[in-house]
Amino acid sequence: MMPRLVTIGVMVILLSAVLPATGQAPGAIPRTPAGKPNLSGIWQAMNTANWDLQGHAARQGLALELGAIGAEPGGIGVVEGGEIPYLPAAAAMRKQNFEHRLTEDPEVKCYLPGVPRATYMPYPFQIFQNDKSLAMAYEYDSAFRNIYLKDPGPPPIDSWMGQSVGRWQGDTLVVDVTGLNDQTWFDRAGDFHSDALHVVERYTLSSPNVIDYEATIEDPKTFSRPWKIRMPLYRHVEKNAQLVEFKCVEFVEDLLYGKYSKKPSQ
Amino acid sequence: MRPVFLRVALGILAITIATQVAGQAPASPRKSAAIAKTAPASRGAPFGPRDLDGIWTNVTLTPLQRPPELTGKATLTEAEAADYERKTRVSVDSDRRAANAQADLSLAYNDVFFDRGTRLARVQGTIRTSLIVDPPDGKIPPLTAEAQKRNAARPRNSFDSVKDRPLGERCLLGFNSTDAPMLPVFYNNNFQIVQSPTTIMILVEMIHDVRFIHMDRSQHLPTTFRQWLGDSIGHWEGNTLVIDTTNFTDQTRFAGSGENLHVIERLTRVAPDTILYRFTIDDPTTFTRQWSAEYPFLAARGPIYEYACHEGNYAIAGVLAGARAKEKAEEMPKQEGK
Repeated sequence: MMPRLVTIGVMVILLSAVLPATGQAPGAIPRTPAGKPNLSGIWQAMNTANWDLQGHAARQGLALELGAIGAEPGGIGVVEGGEIPYLPAAAAMRKQNFEHRLTEDPEVKCYLPGVPRATYMPYPFQIFQNDKSLAMAYEYDSAFRNIYLKDPGPPPIDSWMGQSVGRWQGDTLVVDVTGLNDQTWFDRAGDFHSDALHVVERYTLSSPNVIDYEATIEDPKTFSRPWKIRMPLYRHVEKNAQLVEFKCVEFVEDLLYGKYSKKPSQ
Repeated sequence: MRPVFLRVALGILAITIATQVAGQAPASPRKSAAIAKTAPASRGAPFGPRDLDGIWTNVTLTPLQRPPELTGKATLTEAEAADYERKTRVSVDSDRRAANAQADLSLAYNDVFFDRGTRLARVQGTIRTSLIVDPPDGKIPPLTAEAQKRNAARPRNSFDSVKDRPLGERCLLGFNSTDAPMLPVFYNNNFQIVQSPTTIMILVEMIHDVRFIHMDRSQHLPTTFRQWLGDSIGHWEGNTLVIDTTNFTDQTRFAGSGENLHVIERLTRVAPDTILYRFTIDDPTTFTRQWSAEYPFLAARGPIYEYACHEGNYAIAGVLAGARAKEKAEEMPKQEGK
């Protein structure tokens, strides 16, 4: 009997290993044919990090005409430990940025958002993943990141979205982002960085429809130590979910170039 | 008995994995292991017949429409092509010095800025003198009377405000058309395709547009929902990806068309380093007949770097400020004369 029992035991173990992967068991995450967690899908943060990474009460908006529509909603913040560890000069700069955010926030001008801001803007983004490629396309300004699965070496030049190199650490996708320029902000509250910015993101499917997202931010020219943000990203589960266009250049042209327009002749 | 049980158990495991893959990816391209194994590995990774993943370029010296000097000549021999390619490379070289200062100024961009290619398009063993293959004369068919009237009523390009400038100058869309259809233009002729079960994405280097090809629906969005890039739905016909795009805005003006532009694109992986690309333009409100073009997308080494067009758009401010300065200068003598 013993051999048979062992066999049945093996079967039970095999089946129990197999069952979650069929998608029947709750909590099983989707996987690619090669067995990696499959992040493909449409995702979005549901918080006020894009208004201010740090905890903040609701406040008056900057465009009077917009009333409650333009008011800034509050949030308890996504920074681990609560505060961003600015160096003294950078803290002063952040304060100045906040005061001038209506004109200085790159989002006002429809500039590419950089990383990690692209992740938690109030627009969905889509992850495309198969066993050869991984890419992230964002609805805002059709921002795009190819996630290199093979390190191409140091980025030859800084850019708005930087260079992203991904690797799997168990079931977590770890993305190392370098080559970011100093033109982007982290939020609408003036949180900023220099061109020494280095971001390490971690994407972990904690359940089929939730990514546990973490980003470690390191920039010795701006911060006294590395710091971390963390938030869930939720899958758009509606059947007809898709990204639509947000080509915001069209919406900011008059703001940016209106001063060069021909004045109506008298 | 034991080995049998074990085999059964492993069998279930295999079936379960197969089901899981099929269940998660109903519309995913089925990769043929046989073809992947036998395909020549000249570009490294093996590919299946429905595998379009990778970085591609559609750059070519062949123009969309057949040049007048090649009327009646749809293809060239290798010797003719070599001669044509050499002459064209010289005539488009932006680093040459022009005969006079004015002409020299028009060569403001260095040649390194351009990506016009060095070769004519080669399709199925023939060397093409136009991308258009139908009609056979290689020309865009005449516009309908309706389209001529519509285009005549459109405001001319002026320098009055940013909204009067062409879409390419404003970083809204590529010159001519770089999304649907994906034409080669002066530069940025690179594309990255990534396939996922429900959607195929095509990054267009120009403007960093991302095209979303929806494989999970067969109906277009309502005609009231219009976008700059339109609405693209896709399906496989054999090993050919067919993309159908409609719902453009009325500001889309490819070759004189408008919001009724309907583009059908066909992408077929014909070799490890080649996708055969064919598009058909179907817009009876603009053209007197359908027309089609055909050319290769060739594997490119990459990587594709970010094209932050809008962020670096100093030109548009310069163009408009220049027009205002010119008006002011023209105004001066009048005031002095008063």
